[in-house]
Amino acid sequence: MSAGQGLLVATLVFPAAGVVAAAAAPARLDRVGRLAGLVAAAATFVASLLLLPHGEPRVPQGAPIRPWHEIDLPWVPGLDLRFHLGVDGVSYPLVVLTALLTLLCCGYTLWRVPEPGHGRLLVALLLAIEVGILGVFVSLDLVLFFVFFEIVLLPMYAVIAIWGGERRRPAARKFVLYTLFGSVLLLVGVFVVVSKAGTADLIRLTGGGGLARGTQLLAFTLLALAFAVKSPLWPLHTWLPDAHTEAPTVGSVILAGVLLKMGTYGLLRVGVGVAPEGARWAAPVLGALAVAAIVIAGLVCLAQVELKRLIAYSSVGHMGFVLLGIATLTATGTQAALIGNVAHGVITGLLFFLAGAIKDRAHTGRLMELGGLRETAPGLAGLLGYAAIASLGLPGLAGFWGEAFAVVAAVQRGWMALAVVAAAGAALAAAYFLRLLRQVTHGPAVGKLSRPGLSRAELLSWGPLVVLALALGLVPAVVLNLSADAARALAEVVR
Amino acid sequence: MSAATLTAAGALLPAVPFLVALMGLLLPRAPRPVAAALGIGGAAVALAVAVVLAANVNGPVEASRRWADFGDISVTIGVRLDPVAVLVAVAVAAVALAVQVYSTAYLKDDDRYGPYAAQVSLFTAAMLLVVVAGDLIELLVGWEVMGICSYLLIGHDRRLPEAPRAAVKAFLVTRVGDVGFLLGIALLGVKLGTFRITDVLANAHKLSSGEITVITLLLLAGVAGKSAQFPLHTWLPDAMAGPTPISALIHAATMVAAGVYVVARLFPLFHRAPATLATLAVVASITMLLGALAACAQGDIKRVLAWSTVSQIGYMTGALAVGAPPAALFHLLTHAAFKALLFLTAGAIIHAVGTNLMAAMGGLRRSMPVTFWSMTIGLAALVGVPPLGGFWSKDEIISVAWAGRLDGPAPTWAAWLVWVSAIGTVAVTAWYATRLWLRTFFGAPRGLADAHPHEPPAAMTVPVLLLAVPSALLGFAGLAPGFMRRLGFAGPVHLTGALFVPLAFVAVGIVAAWLMWRRDPAADPARVLGPARPVLAEAFYLDAVQEALVVRPMAALARAVRRTDETVVDGAVEATGRGTSDLGALLGRAHRAALPRAATAVLAGAVLFGLVAALIFGGMR
Repeated sequence: MSAGQGLLVATLVFPAAGVVAAAAAPARLDRVGRLAGLVAAAATFVASLLLLPHGEPRVPQGAPIRPWHEIDLPWVPGLDLRFHLGVDGVSYPLVVLTALLTLLCCGYTLWRVPEPGHGRLLVALLLAIEVGILGVFVSLDLVLFFVFFEIVLLPMYAVIAIWGGERRRPAARKFVLYTLFGSVLLLVGVFVVVSKAGTADLIRLTGGGGLARGTQLLAFTLLALAFAVKSPLWPLHTWLPDAHTEAPTVGSVILAGVLLKMGTYGLLRVGVGVAPEGARWAAPVLGALAVAAIVIAGLVCLAQVELKRLIAYSSVGHMGFVLLGIATLTATGTQAALIGNVAHGVITGLLFFLAGAIKDRAHTGRLMELGGLRETAPGLAGLLGYAAIASLGLPGLAGFWGEAFAVVAAVQRGWMALAVVAAAGAALAAAYFLRLLRQVTHGPAVGKLSRPGLSRAELLSWGPLVVLALALGLVPAVVLNLSADAARALAEVVR
Repeated sequence: MSAATLTAAGALLPAVPFLVALMGLLLPRAPRPVAAALGIGGAAVALAVAVVLAANVNGPVEASRRWADFGDISVTIGVRLDPVAVLVAVAVAAVALAVQVYSTAYLKDDDRYGPYAAQVSLFTAAMLLVVVAGDLIELLVGWEVMGICSYLLIGHDRRLPEAPRAAVKAFLVTRVGDVGFLLGIALLGVKLGTFRITDVLANAHKLSSGEITVITLLLLAGVAGKSAQFPLHTWLPDAMAGPTPISALIHAATMVAAGVYVVARLFPLFHRAPATLATLAVVASITMLLGALAACAQGDIKRVLAWSTVSQIGYMTGALAVGAPPAALFHLLTHAAFKALLFLTAGAIIHAVGTNLMAAMGGLRRSMPVTFWSMTIGLAALVGVPPLGGFWSKDEIISVAWAGRLDGPAPTWAAWLVWVSAIGTVAVTAWYATRLWLRTFFGAPRGLADAHPHEPPAAMTVPVLLLAVPSALLGFAGLAPGFMRRLGFAGPVHLTGALFVPLAFVAVGIVAAWLMWRRDPAADPARVLGPARPVLAEAFYLDAVQEALVVRPMAALARAVRRTDETVVDGAVEATGRGTSDLGALLGRAHRAALPRAATAVLAGAVLFGLVAALIFGGMR
């Protein structure tokens, strides 16, 4: 096994070992368990960073998937299923983002465990989710992809149902049932593709793999619906606000930061890649729904009264931009979607950290009952302002690139009307975020905060996101250069 | 100096204030002197670099490198300098430096001075980025960062309840315009395959006239927002809720100047779009008159100046509309000097009397002589009294509008419109400026009995005095052929007999205000406006119109959409869930039966199966 292959396996084995270590710790050694999980998360993050240096890929130039590192072992020989992992420029940024956010969440949990305690179990579940998400991003076998996609579901359910807010049970139930509905469609879609094509190898499947037009239309419809639930795409989004509002802070961060990306990544890699003809056929509908998501989510945010719910709906809008980029099926749009994905993970992760900190201190998330934060907690108010400004897509910060170039891609595609509405949606984002800041940070102080200052653990877990939001804004090429060839090749396949 | 050195220095213009801002924002609790040193130092370095560049840049120089690739479209980052850019950079840096120095005294008791100074530095960096940007996306970065800085700084004052609202309004109104701006840039990028300004201008001939009209109109939306042109001007008067030095920064050197500068920079596009220029002419004509008329009825000294900015920017866009960017830029430079001067002196007055209202001023001439003379120079320059700054630049605009009737890219009627409006506005400007001058400095003091107005500290008077110099003298640059050629003129200003027309209008405005004031020095000359006074004071109720046509419908729509999303979209999901569990419960109940009924049911089932089997298999035989 080469070093690259070892690292690929390590990104899955380290967090899995962390799950065992954290969960096996006895209750009185709760902190030790959390620490073990943190070490595993850190090791995973390091492994993910080390995946970057690579030689010339095995797959020849011009192919839409050219994994830097690859491992391909028989898994269930009887069913011709293979344990096929690989990482390329499209998946790499998401792998690092997942590892980073999980690390930050584990670190945060070391400092602060939400009610009812048992932090080691929460850490174990976070690491289990990480295994699933990383598995999704590195799977090059469709069945394996599906398996990892499903691994995520139950740990997330448990995180919401155990450590969530007052109405956690219904929210968790809705989350699990709604996304299970998506999973069923995904299962059928995967079955259709694999049975018709006779292979589950994503590299061979990408580009249509000789699937008939009818099969592609059916497959894309099923896959797109499944991923649309996960992303989520309007009108299949309503599980998200409930889940976010009730989930504990770290749950929200993972949910918004990386879990949703399984949907957009899946749509791009599996949906568009495997059934390009279906994608071409459905693209206008997808684009129109994405723009509808942008505007409708924006309007809902404008009338929203709860902090975390507002950020959840803003996620729907941001993912609308990502989906618009994918729907254009152009290299420009794909690139916009990829950087939009990463930027959203960084910025919304930060926003949920901050929202959680505010709710913890003020004991309420209702906007009416918050106010004057810059008088009582200037540091927190400053960071919230920064995150909100980043999230509204200010040029120079990370969020700008994905949104502006989704609009450019729509113009390029000739979807002028969609471009106009999407651009107007960006103005709407400014309106609701400034309304949020005006209610939460400006004005006279309302109520008392339990801890006005910021702890070192908070600064440590938020700092990387603050820096990344600026760094990706100033140097977007860090992400874009990785995926430039893959995006162009994919656009070529779909054309 | 070599081109590489020049462009490297050009990159320093935004880079130095940006780094200073970053340091300031990362150290919010830095001691006051450190914060002040950072702010002043950043602006001073930028000014020094700009002055050196102004002496050395004689033609276009450019350097750019790839920034990001989005498929076939690449974005570059770079510096594109020309004589106009460096002159504007000098103005921006000079005003920024004056504002930084002035703020050290004006915000003496403010515990958030550190972040404030850093935000002013960021604002300066953003404007300088717009000035030197070689790429439209790069320009957009500066453009929007300026918007967010104005938001932060207008909302700075925590004692003013209206400040947060004004801050949000400033950002949102300009952001609405920026929807068009982004789309215009996107169209240019897609049609021409590049965002690099030089390449865009070089390839503009590839665009059809329809495309170029649409693109320039979209860009114009953004310009109208940033430069406070009708109908997107409503944010600027409210923006004076920010500290007075910020008003000076926004009104003189940044924000509002950016729109005019960008049109001038992209003028080859606009030149080919007569329909856009005609639109701009209408917008400019409405804006200059509307602003001047609204200024006549304001009671707040800063509001008078704010409306005067709206009006004066209208002059600049009017010059652009008749195809004369050099005239617009000349006025931009003189205006930067005298408007910064006016706001900073107004700040000194407010500092001394403790109110913005002219009703509580009067007679300040004796107690504040330095301020009095500085403001006199500023107002005279604004009005266009020869030989002060505004006289030369405004006269130039009026004469290009006159010439634009005969040959220019805009239609004849558009040039006529700009000319008539410009001439009319001259008189109105003279009237409101004279009113402000008399109400503030002459007559009996109307302030509080125990108030003792005094000159402000040196940190405030020195910038004011230094700004008075260019306000008074910059106009003479119009006689220097070298300076005028740098701005793009063919040669120096020619003084002709035609200039007596605007001068006559100036005299009419001044005398009319003076006569009205003399009748009763304690009363407001605005009473002559009669029933029109409240209309002008409310600026033709355009705020209310905006509130009724945009803000309230949006809020209502948002509420309706939220309700629909919760009851219909999510309602369907919840109903599916509930329906399924109800169905399950029903079936469950059906299966919960006592033994006799259950036994009967089992037997009945067996009989049924038997019958079915008999029928099927019996049929087969």
